[in-house]
Amino acid sequence: MLNISNLNIYFGHGSEKNHALKDVSFEIKKGESFGLVGESGSGKSTVLNCISGLLNHWQGTIEVDGEVVSQKRDLAFYRKVQLVFQDPYGSLHPRHTIDRTLKEPLAIHKFTDINHRVEKVLSEVDLGSQFRFRYPHQLSGGQRQRVAVARALILEPEIILLDEPTSALDVSIQAEVLNLLQDIRKERNLTYVMVSHDLAVISYMCENCAVMSQGSVVEMISAEQLQSGDLSQNYTKQLFTASKGYDRAAIDLFQDF
Amino acid sequence: MIQQDQLLQVTNLNIIFPSPKGDVHAVKDISFSLGKEKIGLVGESGSGKSVTGRAILRLLPPYAKVSAEEISFKGQDLLSFSEKELRCIRGKEISMVMQDPKYSLNPVRTVGQQISEAYIVHSKVSKSVAREQTLKMLTAVRIRNPEQVYKLYPHEVSGGMGQRIMIAMMLIPEPSLLIADEPTSALDVTVQLQVLAILDDLVTQRGMGLIFISHDLELVASFCDRVIIMYGGRIMEVINAADLHNSTHPYTRGLLNCLPRIEGRNERLSTLVRDDAWLDADFWHSNDSDGIII
Repeated sequence: MLNISNLNIYFGHGSEKNHALKDVSFEIKKGESFGLVGESGSGKSTVLNCISGLLNHWQGTIEVDGEVVSQKRDLAFYRKVQLVFQDPYGSLHPRHTIDRTLKEPLAIHKFTDINHRVEKVLSEVDLGSQFRFRYPHQLSGGQRQRVAVARALILEPEIILLDEPTSALDVSIQAEVLNLLQDIRKERNLTYVMVSHDLAVISYMCENCAVMSQGSVVEMISAEQLQSGDLSQNYTKQLFTASKGYDRAAIDLFQDF
Repeated sequence: MIQQDQLLQVTNLNIIFPSPKGDVHAVKDISFSLGKEKIGLVGESGSGKSVTGRAILRLLPPYAKVSAEEISFKGQDLLSFSEKELRCIRGKEISMVMQDPKYSLNPVRTVGQQISEAYIVHSKVSKSVAREQTLKMLTAVRIRNPEQVYKLYPHEVSGGMGQRIMIAMMLIPEPSLLIADEPTSALDVTVQLQVLAILDDLVTQRGMGLIFISHDLELVASFCDRVIIMYGGRIMEVINAADLHNSTHPYTRGLLNCLPRIEGRNERLSTLVRDDAWLDADFWHSNDSDGIII
């Protein structure tokens, strides 16, 4: 469904030039959920931004559904691929009601039966119709993230890119949003690419994941490998140990990568 | 288990924020005591954990109504202190590490100046002694090139380093109690643990007390000695960290169950079903583990 090969990107010029992605390659099948894990600055969000077209000075090949996509995307691409951001408050227009936020993509893509679609997608993300004419500030963090998911779903895409969708939420709300994402994926046979720094979330959501460090993929692992701790790279092992909680002895052995 | 060398005693703390739509009762009748130990204050957003930490140092805005039967530190009644007297406590005896170094450091002064200022204010020493001490402190929080970092401005350091600088600044007057309000939530997991290890070592070496405010139940369970779990401005439970996973309180259980785990892939995460009965004052007093005064 999604094929990335030798993706490279540079930021800055001259001596400040930063090779932010170094030959990143991976392949995702239809209906699969793929994770990208790494620490801040490892380039995991940059990969999503390249795929979604938010960055367009990358080099390499991005193939969606068998078609090579260029730097410039057409409308059909955006119907297929949608993005959910980390901060639900920052990504919703503060002076647009939920109704207007959800109708905008429908108008752009010239959908018909707009009212009905908005109603349907809101019930799909478990938001009642009473939320439809509210503004983002009148919703809680979890509800806002549901609206962000609804906005991505309303175009009936095949691939959803999730950039740390739950890291701004409390654990109790995180569980609700993760469940919702899993349910929708099963129902619609969606493909997910999910960025997270939380190995537990990736282990719950994804079948396979790529571990990134300083712009390169250091290891590709399956969920089973992650669950059993069967890891080959030291970087991944250290992330794994760190996710297990505080252990004074283990911390002294940490290295910088 | 009443600690012999008790540092802090809080009894029936109430915090009310007045608002046009009626008063918001952010913290209701909470009591706890603290010795030379690491105590975790855990809860969801809005549970009142941060305002509790701030109320101890009277750092809440003036319109907040704080009342308590007792807030005593080393036997001194903090409630009766004037602003001036309290200034001698803040920093020197009790200091507080805030969540975000970006907003808590002064952007127009170098890191070194800010840390040595914290030392000079409380110890009345010369600038060169303060500088010496600052460099020592920066080394203690594992900054490899203290001389260089001393001259940097806050925007020139990374998040992890900024947080270490905050910790250095808060520890340099050698307080006996440190309140850390989500000191590591903005950091990567490995850096987070390294910062915690620094705190842990200092607590052990200096015999400090630590109040660690966090939303991360697993982290607190592995890091702290005791855990206070808050919900809706009330203490749900005070439990030894080692027993946290065997807790029988429905709220604690609910929080633990909704965490995804690396090792197990349960088909669905259980979600938290909230119960208004938790907010009734007498709900959990019957199961008062270890005789901790709640």
